Amino acid sequence: MSDYFEKKDLVDFANIGEYAEEEGGKFFEYYGKSMSEGKLSKREKCLIALTIAVVQKCPYCIDAYTNESLKLGITKEEMMEAIHVGASMQAGIVLAHSTQMRKIIKKKEM
Amino acid sequence: MNFREQLETLADIKHSFVEKLSETESKTLRTSKLEILQLNITRKCNLQCKHCHVSAGPDRQELMSKAKFESILELLDKADISTLDITGGAPEMNPHLEWFIRSASGKVERIIVRSNLVILKEEEFKKYIKIYSENKIEIVASLPHFTENLTDRMRGSGIFSTSIEVIKELNTEGYGKNGTGKVLNFVHNPVGAILPGDQNALETEFKKRLMDLYGIHFNNLFCITNMPLGRYLEYLKKSDNYEDYMDELICSFNPAAAESLMCKNTLNVSWDGKLYNCDFNQMLELEADFEKFSNITDFDPSYFEDKMISVGNHCFGCTAGSGSSCQGTIE
Ligand code: SF4
Ligand code: SF4
Repeated sequence: MSDYFEKKDLVDFANIGEYAEEEGGKFFEYYGKSMSEGKLSKREKCLIALTIAVVQKCPYCIDAYTNESLKLGITKEEMMEAIHVGASMQAGIVLAHSTQMRKIIKKKEM
Repeated sequence: MNFREQLETLADIKHSFVEKLSETESKTLRTSKLEILQLNITRKCNLQCKHCHVSAGPDRQELMSKAKFESILELLDKADISTLDITGGAPEMNPHLEWFIRSASGKVERIIVRSNLVILKEEEFKKYIKIYSENKIEIVASLPHFTENLTDRMRGSGIFSTSIEVIKELNTEGYGKNGTGKVLNFVHNPVGAILPGDQNALETEFKKRLMDLYGIHFNNLFCITNMPLGRYLEYLKKSDNYEDYMDELICSFNPAAAESLMCKNTLNVSWDGKLYNCDFNQMLELEADFEKFSNITDFDPSYFEDKMISVGNHCFGCTAGSGSSCQGTIE
């Protein structure tokens, strides 16, 4: 596993446009714009990004956005509260999908 | 760690600052016009903060003498210096501070005192609130975070709540309020092995939280990178963060920040009158290279310009990201 996710590979993020420069450039432009301060503050956007990083289990993004949160003065309690939003959303999404299961059960059972 | 041990530790990194600098357009760092005179008038302090690059504390004895202060007043008469930046340790612990402030005011446009705030609650030193106010001293105060927990972790138990009490007194004096001409700026240093985030975003959050919770006013927030020196360097080593921290500083090297470093227009003077390009160099005993002049007592200010600045690997702390100086982010 360590061969796949190495901490030092995080810096390679800057090169993900390699082999498809135009698309890569457009991605970075979009990424930069969507992450910059808008109607939502940098802090708010950072907490959204951190939560998605953890929910999606991306080690690079967890590293990047935990550090970014700390740099923006976000406290560990605030970060953990955001993660619980992600966790409860995940739980809710799983439970919501049980609708399909329950519908089938209800149709089939006597 | 003494300065030799610090230099040895700092030598142990992947790229040297001199090498990185040689890849930039200007290749080396040179002084420009002298604008700021920064004085470390003592290493004594009532606190012992974990991030302190001076390793200041109650047991330190270094104090600038009255004779050195007199040489500085003479220099202010001769040189066109706009800003006097007084720091320490805790500057209030030098017994000549009051006399010096009164003598220097009028000789420069702006006098800054870097205060740890809590000392202004002590019986012996509380007079400085009035002294600063009467002399329109710009106060730069350390407040690492807007939460009690994080500030106290860095500076000691109870420091946050006492700081808030002192800030309220300063606000009553007019400090931190628009139109009074009494400037109160805060310094944010990250609490831990991280670099500071976006200064504007942090300032917005500090202002909102401190106003909502405590009704506090202040002017600006300066985000200052913790320099890998003194007590902070010891923390980085002990917590096994040294390598990652230095890597991040190196990776974030920004040639644009290197163009506007504070060492270009600042002369730093230690308690014993020795001359440095900045107070970080002072802690490593890397004296400024002004050839025949090595002490403030005989320094000729016309000699300041276009001299090579003494640098070392700690300088990566000033050139990372948006850059860092005693006035916060550079860009
Ligand atoms: S950081 Fe400032 S207040 Fe804290 S020990 Fe050092 S000189 Fe004193
Ligand atoms: S530590 Fe910073 S201010 Fe001091 S000489 Fe190096 S770059 Fe300049």
